[in-house]
Amino acid sequence: MSDDAGLMTVLLAMFAGAIRVSTPFLFVSLGEMLTEKSGRINLGLEGTLVFGAMSGYAISYHTGSPWFGVLVAGICGSCFGALHGYLCKLPKVNDIAIGIVLMLFGTGLAFFFGKAYIQPSAPRLPAISFGAWSDHPGIRQALEINPLFLLGIVLAIFLWWALRNTRYGLIIRTTGDSAPAALALGINVDRVRLLSTMAGGFFAGIGGSFLSLYYPGSWTEGLSSGQGLMAVALVIFARWNPLYCFWAALLFGAAGALGPALQSIGISRGYHFFNAAPYILTLLIMIASTSPRRSLKGAPGELSITK
Amino acid sequence: MSVALETGSGSRAIGVETVGMTKAFGNLVALDDVSIRVTPGSFHALLGENGAGKSTLVKCMMGFYQPTSGAMLVNGEEADVPNPRAAHAHGIGMVYQHFTLVPSLTAAENLVIARTDAPRVIDWKAERRALSAFLETTPFKVPLDVPVSGLSAGEKQKLEILKQLYLDQRFLILDEPTSVLTPDEADEVLGLLRAMTEAGDLTILMITHKFREVTAYADDVTVLRRGRVVGSGRVRDLSVEDMSRMMIGETEIRESAERTAHQQAALKLELAGLFADDDEELPAIEAISLKVHAGEILGIAGVSGNGQSELIEVLSGQRMLKDGRIFIGKEPYEPERGQMDAFKVFGFSEEPLKNVAVPRMSVAENMAFRTFDKAPISPFRGWLSPPPMRRQARDLIAAYRVKTPSTEEPIENLSGGNVQRAILARELSGDVDILIVANPCFGLDFASVAEIRAQIMDQRNRGAAILLVSEDLDEILELADTVAVMSEGRITYQSPMAETDRATIGHAMAGHH
Repeated sequence: MSDDAGLMTVLLAMFAGAIRVSTPFLFVSLGEMLTEKSGRINLGLEGTLVFGAMSGYAISYHTGSPWFGVLVAGICGSCFGALHGYLCKLPKVNDIAIGIVLMLFGTGLAFFFGKAYIQPSAPRLPAISFGAWSDHPGIRQALEINPLFLLGIVLAIFLWWALRNTRYGLIIRTTGDSAPAALALGINVDRVRLLSTMAGGFFAGIGGSFLSLYYPGSWTEGLSSGQGLMAVALVIFARWNPLYCFWAALLFGAAGALGPALQSIGISRGYHFFNAAPYILTLLIMIASTSPRRSLKGAPGELSITK
Repeated sequence: MSVALETGSGSRAIGVETVGMTKAFGNLVALDDVSIRVTPGSFHALLGENGAGKSTLVKCMMGFYQPTSGAMLVNGEEADVPNPRAAHAHGIGMVYQHFTLVPSLTAAENLVIARTDAPRVIDWKAERRALSAFLETTPFKVPLDVPVSGLSAGEKQKLEILKQLYLDQRFLILDEPTSVLTPDEADEVLGLLRAMTEAGDLTILMITHKFREVTAYADDVTVLRRGRVVGSGRVRDLSVEDMSRMMIGETEIRESAERTAHQQAALKLELAGLFADDDEELPAIEAISLKVHAGEILGIAGVSGNGQSELIEVLSGQRMLKDGRIFIGKEPYEPERGQMDAFKVFGFSEEPLKNVAVPRMSVAENMAFRTFDKAPISPFRGWLSPPPMRRQARDLIAAYRVKTPSTEEPIENLSGGNVQRAILARELSGDVDILIVANPCFGLDFASVAEIRAQIMDQRNRGAAILLVSEDLDEILELADTVAVMSEGRITYQSPMAETDRATIGHAMAGHH
């Protein structure tokens, strides 16, 4: 195999991998973005993601409908969001601490209920083929795109539009930027945050179902490997802009696909190092985008990390 | 009858009255049988010290609090105001002391979201047309497309007022509306509002403690003290002395110390070309060069947000210096604990609980911040001996008349004036060479203000070099020997106090120089 063909294969594999791996990042980061726009941080989305993966898989196994699994995963995510939103409403409760609790609770609960679903195989989500025009098998395979990825793009554009052109968008931004201003407008701050966290949980749950129902495509306990937490860094990197969330998710996805892509052309040296690329990227991004001398630009004013 | 009533008839302005309004929080009676009457189309001033009950009264009127007893009349009819929404429905709106605009939203977005009937999906073209048409009907002009965080304080205040007018609120409660404005901006805003009341379009109830604004703009005045109405009447029938006596009552106010003359004082503190960035990494202060001599108070005037807080942070070691040096005497100075101690640099600032105290630590601990690492409190490396710390605190509490239940009380439980006194005791009880002070009297009652200003003057007379940053121009005029004006991060004007006046400084604050 020539070098050119090898490079081509790696790039194609990374492209396909970026799309596959980025989808959960995209959903979780959009969910986290929406929650943070309303003024709260939900670190529990990691737990939501894992529970979404488990519940989506279980429902798909029992009903035979993967799409119904996706829906249930989203609803489970909303329930976790509602729990977070409700607990944070109580006086003297810190949203970050509650997030960590819910992260452990979500993963623990998923492992508890998920033991029975590690062995059986459930129907998986279908893919849409965009590569019929090409006779190159690599391209055809790379253009097998799952509908959830497309849904994620639509969602990102919709959120971007809605945050500036709808009443609810302005209300969420107001609540996240200045709770006193929101109160003065007669906005029920706690309710806005509860609903935003629930919507965020819904997206994260869908992101989780993608993991178990499309790629990697089965339920295991090590499924998420911290993607829910990385999404928090991703939102900061994306400056709370849904469109940037999309590009950031693609970047993380490409980094995550680096290891498998290299392995596919037979380069297995440093496999574990390349697999760690997303984590290293997270670290580098956090170092590059923060500074002791300035506050985070574009951050909602009510976030406990920026206050 | 009154002029205001005559012009009020047939106009859009509304009148509001409270009858015997009382509000108790537990045992504390914040409002005691307060009846005030604001006639339609009048400009009514509500005077009183901090804690006199002004905010409680207007919060009851706005529906934030429910009065324990008493009633409110709107245009002569009893009105029930269970929440702010109900107040808005009656046409009563409020402009708060702290801006309630959303910083990241543009002016247009702020206005549209303020509407209760904001459309689900906003058609920005139509909204902008409507907003432009609305702006034509008011005297206030504000750019619509800039995020509010990019507006000046004066523009924000105008936008707050515009917002109320946009919502068609015809009775406006203004809570110290000019505290963040330059004198010129304040005159412009109040003048425009005054014209609207004269035209019968608006009724205004303004909380203030500035007599100048009362005499220049208000028709009527009501004075509150300790939750009671202690005086009211037509402004033209009252002198400033009358009003200030009503406000302060019989409280004894410490007289300011005499200003002693110093001859040929030595140069103490020199700032040489200081540059620093703000939190967005934009230049916050640029080329600040100032000299303060022994026995001199250098007052830095300016509207808040022109780099004063960044300058103070640089001088107290909380912000990195990008360029420039600080000298004390002839020696370079770095604001670190060791050097502060060696050069005898002290300081205090507004809202001490936020800036220079640890709220949950005890009074004794807070008072020992300068001395806890030295004998006798620390007799031995790294060890702390509480009894000397408590003894020192007891002495300071007595000397500075700090009212606290004990030395072990968390300092956050003390009243504002007493917290500031405790900090003053910590900073001024030693030998002071350099004193850096920022808005020391912000939000305090008259007695504390007089006490603190007298202490600053004492230090000056004793030969300390004092840098006083204040947003209160009256404080600068009272205390400073030399005045400098800070505008957009630069010193734009400097003059000995004897050779300048309020108007000149005010113009310099607004950037006209």
